[in-house]
Amino acid sequence: MSAGARIAALAALAWALGAAAASASQPPIVRPGNEARLSTPELGRELFAANCARCHGPLGQGRFAPSPGIFPNGGQGPPLLGVGRQAADFYLRTGRMPLREPHEQPERTRVELTAREIAALEGYVAALGGGPPIPAPDPARGNLAQGFQLFTEHCAGCHQAVAAGGVVTGARVPPLDQATPTQVAEAVRIGPYVMPSFSRSDISDVQLDSLVRYVEYARRPDDAGGWGIGHLGPFPEGMVTWLIAAVLLVAACVLIGERLRRS
Amino acid sequence: MRPRELFVALLAIVGLARRRRRRRERPARVVPPGAPSPRAELAVLALLLVAALCGAGFVVAYFVHPNTQVLGAALAGALAAIGAALVVTAQHLVVTEEVEEDYPTPNPEEQEAVAQIVAESGSRLTRKRLLGAAAGLAGGALGAALIAPAVSFGPLFDSSSMYATPWRRGRRLVDVDGNPLRAEAIDFASFYTAFPEGADRESIAAAVVVVRLPPATLRLPPGREGWAPQGILAYSKICTHAGCAIALYRTPKFAPTQPGPALVCPCHYSTFDPARGAAVEFGPAGRPLPQLPLTIDAAGELRAAGNFSGPVGPAWPGVRSHPAS
Repeated sequence: MSAGARIAALAALAWALGAAAASASQPPIVRPGNEARLSTPELGRELFAANCARCHGPLGQGRFAPSPGIFPNGGQGPPLLGVGRQAADFYLRTGRMPLREPHEQPERTRVELTAREIAALEGYVAALGGGPPIPAPDPARGNLAQGFQLFTEHCAGCHQAVAAGGVVTGARVPPLDQATPTQVAEAVRIGPYVMPSFSRSDISDVQLDSLVRYVEYARRPDDAGGWGIGHLGPFPEGMVTWLIAAVLLVAACVLIGERLRRS
Repeated sequence: MRPRELFVALLAIVGLARRRRRRRERPARVVPPGAPSPRAELAVLALLLVAALCGAGFVVAYFVHPNTQVLGAALAGALAAIGAALVVTAQHLVVTEEVEEDYPTPNPEEQEAVAQIVAESGSRLTRKRLLGAAAGLAGGALGAALIAPAVSFGPLFDSSSMYATPWRRGRRLVDVDGNPLRAEAIDFASFYTAFPEGADRESIAAAVVVVRLPPATLRLPPGREGWAPQGILAYSKICTHAGCAIALYRTPKFAPTQPGPALVCPCHYSTFDPARGAAVEFGPAGRPLPQLPLTIDAAGELRAAGNFSGPVGPAWPGVRSHPAS
């Protein structure tokens, strides 16, 4: 390989790594220059206009068709009228918004916004068209056994029995180990991305307390059998069987055979 | 036939002829003749008969009362008896000849010698034909046991129960607690499991999954007009691949940038499009989930408007051509 080709390959690798890192993070936050002097409602309006309006529309009415020229990939986003503080709090405090590319699945990333900026944006979104407030679940009031039953009934199909996450065709299912009780309650009510949403008639607030309590418990599940193998169920268990247990068994057979031959 | 194949066939025939000629030469014994052991022979005979009985028992149980525990025990008994018969034969009836050196390179002469050793090792057997017949009986019974389930493919076996469902026109949909499902309570971004009112919930065809989609987005197969009042759809909750419960529902909140709605089976990720009559979008399932036609009664409650669009559950021959009953 010539020196030139080597440099080209390295550059391509660096670009690929950089692209991978970039896609996993948020776009840079655009802040007003006089942020400290602005009142909270003014700050919310400025931040929304600079960071959210390209996809959600200047009045939060949503953009249903790509709008090339405004956004390199064609800004598109759902309307925010009536989603309330609940959705704004969930998407901003988990770093899911702003999103770099409208067709990406929003996922938990580092939160770049400050607490004051998030509060300002929440107030702005809530003022757009009202909507539900931030829920206040109390895991202490919940019942762990009931929470486990509700979780297996409604959540474990995708999130796995110990909330370790998984996949559904077309989307990744996040693990819930970093989700706060408030964020779990918000997600249950909103149904982020392609998750079903659950109204109060599906899961009452009392049941939600139990559910949140179980999610808290599932961060440190009781591994009575020893190694939890990621708590992902049959797939890693099968891997351990084939890659570790089967290798050990074959090694034992070989050793026994060697000893027999020597004796 | 091509010349090469002819040549190979010729070689094979010549080889066989040579082998026959050699066998007639009757070379000197390699294995010393052993003493007969009638008791061990009797034990082998008994074990082979037990195996045959177990195999026959499997076939009988399959048709009389197909309980999986009984079937498993019969099969295990047959295999264990055959295994025991082989152990007894090896320990007590075969003259053993130890080979000291390493694995030899293939050599026709030595192969002949090994064949001779095998033949002569049976010198302790006094009732070869009887034992051979018993072994054939055991093997035949075991083979019959393994083939017997294939009869279920029909037409000998009555498979009508596989098409039966508890759903009838006018039957109400109830939730797991027995409360009727109201049309207005069916949200767009959620999914519900329902059962036929007053019917056996253990039936594979009982559970349905209920979802709601905007009526304008529905692309149901022809002939299903009016099956989804207000965009409310009901499909069998049993995956048509391996019979798992459809427990995952992918429900986009913003259609332009998110994957479309889908019912997903968590076992092997078969993915069905509820807007297109649960057509298979991805995964190993071979046919759509059967759809249950719905109607909304005067009280606003969901009722079945007929039976499923097809048989429920994993596939078997005839499943596509036969209606649910």
